Amino acid sequence: MSVAVQGATGQGSRERDPRPGLMERLKRSYAKHWYAYAMIAPVVLVLGVLVIYPLVQGVWLTLTDANSLNSARTIGANEIPATYQFVGFDNYADILWGPGSYDRFWSHFVWTIAWTAICVALHYTLGLALALLLNQKLRGRTAYRLLLILPWAVPTFVTVFSWRLMLADGGALNSVLGFLHLPEPSWLSDPFAQKAAAILVNTWVGVPFMMISLLGGLQSIPAELYEAAEMDGASAWQRFRYVTLPGLRTVSSTVVLLGVIWTFNQFAVIFLLFGTGAPDAQLLVTWAYYLGFGQQPRDYAQSAAYGVILLSILIVFTTFYRRWLARNEQANG
Amino acid sequence: MSTTTERPRVAATAASAPATAGKVRPRGRKSPLATALSHGALITASLIALFPVLWILYVSLGPGKTDYLHPGDILDKMTLSNYTTVLNDTDFFTWFGNSLIVAGVTTVIGVMFAATTGYAVSRMRFPGHRPLMWSLLVTQMFPIAVLIVPMYTIMSTLGLLDTHLGLVLVYSTTTVPYCAWLLKGYFDTIPVEIDEAGRVDGLSPIGTFWRLILPLARPGLAVAAFYSFLTYWAEVPFASTFMLSSDNYTLSVGLQTFVSEHDSQWNLMAATAVMIAIPSALFFYLVQRHLVTGLTAGASKS
Repeated sequence: MSVAVQGATGQGSRERDPRPGLMERLKRSYAKHWYAYAMIAPVVLVLGVLVIYPLVQGVWLTLTDANSLNSARTIGANEIPATYQFVGFDNYADILWGPGSYDRFWSHFVWTIAWTAICVALHYTLGLALALLLNQKLRGRTAYRLLLILPWAVPTFVTVFSWRLMLADGGALNSVLGFLHLPEPSWLSDPFAQKAAAILVNTWVGVPFMMISLLGGLQSIPAELYEAAEMDGASAWQRFRYVTLPGLRTVSSTVVLLGVIWTFNQFAVIFLLFGTGAPDAQLLVTWAYYLGFGQQPRDYAQSAAYGVILLSILIVFTTFYRRWLARNEQANG
Repeated sequence: MSTTTERPRVAATAASAPATAGKVRPRGRKSPLATALSHGALITASLIALFPVLWILYVSLGPGKTDYLHPGDILDKMTLSNYTTVLNDTDFFTWFGNSLIVAGVTTVIGVMFAATTGYAVSRMRFPGHRPLMWSLLVTQMFPIAVLIVPMYTIMSTLGLLDTHLGLVLVYSTTTVPYCAWLLKGYFDTIPVEIDEAGRVDGLSPIGTFWRLILPLARPGLAVAAFYSFLTYWAEVPFASTFMLSSDNYTLSVGLQTFVSEHDSQWNLMAATAVMIAIPSALFFYLVQRHLVTGLTAGASKS
């Protein structure tokens, strides 16, 4: 069997012998673990230099009033030193309860949460439904699978672009709707339709990953369990409820977590679908990007502060989610 | 709303299909109705999945800028002129090459580093194991907004702005953690006895990894490679922020030059988009058999 892999969720119960001196411990630890350290070194190095360091710098920026007019920059041959100042938590205060904070932050916040919840729910249910369909004995199963993962294989850029053509006024989708005598919303400019369009496109983009992951999960559930359930007279629904869902628990918890993280931070779909032209449909991420790069002067400090707020939301969510999972795990044995 | 209303139907049939399947029938046999419903749902879903891709292919054959508004007319005047224009009159090949370099190198480096890290995390318990696992997950959460400004500064300090190396490094920060996470799951499914056998035969841990484990993990590696390549083959925000000169543009940045405020050449964009999709589709075709096992081998067993 494989090693007890509790990695991230494990309780970290390594046996503790009486502690020798620090140098001694370091030496011993080095002798015992140097292979491990050699193998993780490149990643740790890259993460340290390009993630931790920028992160620390980013957090520092949020405590200043940095923008593109007062940051260090080079114009021609002249080096202009940075002149921004430390302002403490003013940026956060301004974002969270400053004047107009509802329009600038809270409206985007509500939309981002709704967006994440709706998209992940759609991804998961549709992905699971398709995975269940594909997991049956069915003629042409491989062909279906190939066709259904296809959206995943096309770069997001291309798919979003294609959707943009289809959603445009007079585009394919509205022609079909008009033909059916249904209302033809202007998907790319009406605020409500924009949100619907964004969810539609993101669902299309995200389902294949869920489907494939859940299909893998389904295939790993032993057939004997279903046989046993059937022997006990379980109905199809009961088999789904008491065999399939528990069997998928580990895969589900991973893909839902990743799905939430990715959807929450989804940049490409919104950015490519609307550019900066849809103030109402901007997620916190795209809004932060707009503050930092899409306007003049660029507001680096506020943009980074948004980033820190986003990251905090996700970390809080993940912590609670994992705690909830762990509790469930215990409750279910 | 045609597409949106069709989707719930797919879900509904899926939920009802198992319910109708085999109440009194022997295991593995389904009523013809259930089979028909399954096929119906899968065909609908496949069409929805395929349509946007076919649509862009179709639009790319229309020679006029606004042909996408009158798709019916394209039938009469189908031509490959968009493709020849893009290939002959733009920097397409330069951009294509740049993208290939950046995505290719990112993939190779990413998978290599991710594999060693994933293996170490899967097999060895060392101090710092848990924080490492945790940080692999947390890096997935970084919104680009928090990193992009400081990264921009670091890149410009190091002189890596507008270089391929800079972009590769930036990309590695997000793919490597995810791939390491993915591969850890895959390595977990490879029995530890294999490592032990290698050890007994006198291989060092790195030898075991290289000679025994890597070959066994090929499906997982393929999926990780596919994932990195796909993510960065046409990545937008970083590329458009860090690449400044037309010579260094990647495809996604170059493509944006077709659309400006006064002149939107949708037809050229469509043709380019189709050509961008080709390499990733090829890659996809090569690895698709491994996708199911590669993605979830570990997650379902740990």
